[in-house]
Amino acid sequence: MSDQIDVHKVARLGALAVSDDEVAAVGQKLNAIVGLFDQLAAINTDGVEPMAHPLDQVQRLREDVVTEADIHEYVQQIAPKVEAGLYLVPKVIE
Amino acid sequence: MNFHQMTMVQLAEQLRNKSVSSVELTQYFLDRMTQFDGQINSYITQTPELALAQAAAADARRAAGEDGLLLGMPLAHKDIFCTKDVITTCASKMLANFKAPYNATVVEKLNAAGMVTLGKVNMDEFAMGSTTENSAFGVTRNPWSLDAVPGGSSGGSAAALAAGLAPVATGTDTGGSIRQPAAFCGVTGIKPTYGSVSRYGMIAYASSLDQGGPMAKTAEDCAHLLSAMAGFDERDSTCAEGERPDYVTGLNDSVKGLRIGLPKEYFGEGLSPEVKAATMAVATELEKQGATLVEVSLPNTSAAMPAYYVIAPAEASSNLSRYDGVRFGHRCDNPKDLKDMYIRSRSEGFGAEVKRRIMVGAYVLSAGYYDAYYLKAQRVRRLIKQDFVDAFDQCDVILGPVAPTPAWKLGEKTADPTAMYLADIYTIPVNLAGLPAIALPAGFSAGLPVGVQLIGNYFSEPKLLNVAHQYQQATNHHIQMPAAFA
Repeated sequence: MSDQIDVHKVARLGALAVSDDEVAAVGQKLNAIVGLFDQLAAINTDGVEPMAHPLDQVQRLREDVVTEADIHEYVQQIAPKVEAGLYLVPKVIE
Repeated sequence: MNFHQMTMVQLAEQLRNKSVSSVELTQYFLDRMTQFDGQINSYITQTPELALAQAAAADARRAAGEDGLLLGMPLAHKDIFCTKDVITTCASKMLANFKAPYNATVVEKLNAAGMVTLGKVNMDEFAMGSTTENSAFGVTRNPWSLDAVPGGSSGGSAAALAAGLAPVATGTDTGGSIRQPAAFCGVTGIKPTYGSVSRYGMIAYASSLDQGGPMAKTAEDCAHLLSAMAGFDERDSTCAEGERPDYVTGLNDSVKGLRIGLPKEYFGEGLSPEVKAATMAVATELEKQGATLVEVSLPNTSAAMPAYYVIAPAEASSNLSRYDGVRFGHRCDNPKDLKDMYIRSRSEGFGAEVKRRIMVGAYVLSAGYYDAYYLKAQRVRRLIKQDFVDAFDQCDVILGPVAPTPAWKLGEKTADPTAMYLADIYTIPVNLAGLPAIALPAGFSAGLPVGVQLIGNYFSEPKLLNVAHQYQQATNHHIQMPAAFA
């Protein structure tokens, strides 16, 4: 049932690089894994609701109020590059 | 008896009656780590300075009149729990230098109880694996046979315990990651009901399956450690509300009248004769103590493995999108643009299995496949849960093997991920259903430990710990140590 995986496409979706040398080997393993999933199709799940959480919990909500002090400087200590409280990334617009 | 041969409860008695101070006990384990860890590589980071400072503080608390079973007790944390003062790597190059800004709730609670952190132990990268071979910091070896895997993903925890390099440890279990290494290394570990233990600061793999728990020599030790780990935490949005049950007081209850379910699907093709025999021997011992055995059926067992390997990678691909080289973690050198930075940072930072699961997750969630794979797996997940609900009409606990075989050789399954996944068939259903299960040593096969698991209904940890404790009162598999580390 399963189609052959387009390795470049799933790598792009996962923001990963797969070199041309690796594509065949990676594809072979991914296809073997996805091949395991074919047996799911044989199971009758008519009328069965998808289960996202074991205890069917609903997301707990809290009051929309500030609970933390301003800790951005502290948290940014572990960032690769920051300046003036901002995270620096390569230029996006020329 | 030497300290590393004692259970945590026995060590606590030594601390309590002042036969040893926490500083002395901590130094004892630090010395053993120095002497022995080179052989098995169970620790990623050893923290002697922090440990001795925590031990001195615990001794001061005791001198001031405080008492507590965990006060001054050394432990090892799986390197998935964030620690403010110690690097947290999750066994990934991505987080090789990651200093978490906060402690995980589990760490915070155990620190408050006065426990002493010996270090952070090895695991499969981001908990994705069954052997601890997927670590960026080298493989961990099984103390019972240095050529064998310790299991995973909490393989460092299990190996450190088996080698006497920590009295107790934390672990996490997403698809068997506490129970399977416990079985492979001959120690005890419990995966609690989903939501029992806070996931705050426990680095996420598959959030609807991840659950932290204790690992130790005995069920009794696990009961005490779990008492300190479990509890509602408003910082974990899926943490179960309300009080946790008392894990300790029922330990000595008799198992007379207990109905033990043996699921026929857990004893079929693929189960090795040695593991089957060890599992049946546990059933026989409990029967001797007054329990009754009933055959039950979990008809969708074989569907659990594919359902898990759809759901877990789907959640992982979403969870791991946070590693983008922007706010923390690895960033590649000289990115040419933003996209290049994302892709190279992630490609350099993640290992092969993590990349595979991200790509599988991206695939099953992608347009055209979402219904056939992801939604379908979630429907199957409900069927698996319903199997257990039905089985618990006929029995109080379920007994079965943890893994089809004892530990295999290092490198034996690394080339074939699907063969590795198949070895998870008995542990995965429990995670999909969100149930608690305890793994305990049940004997040996060719010198390697064999483990069994007891699965209980939601929040029935006290019963599981009780049954395991009663079994351990009558047997001695759990106190065996490998000769090279005894």
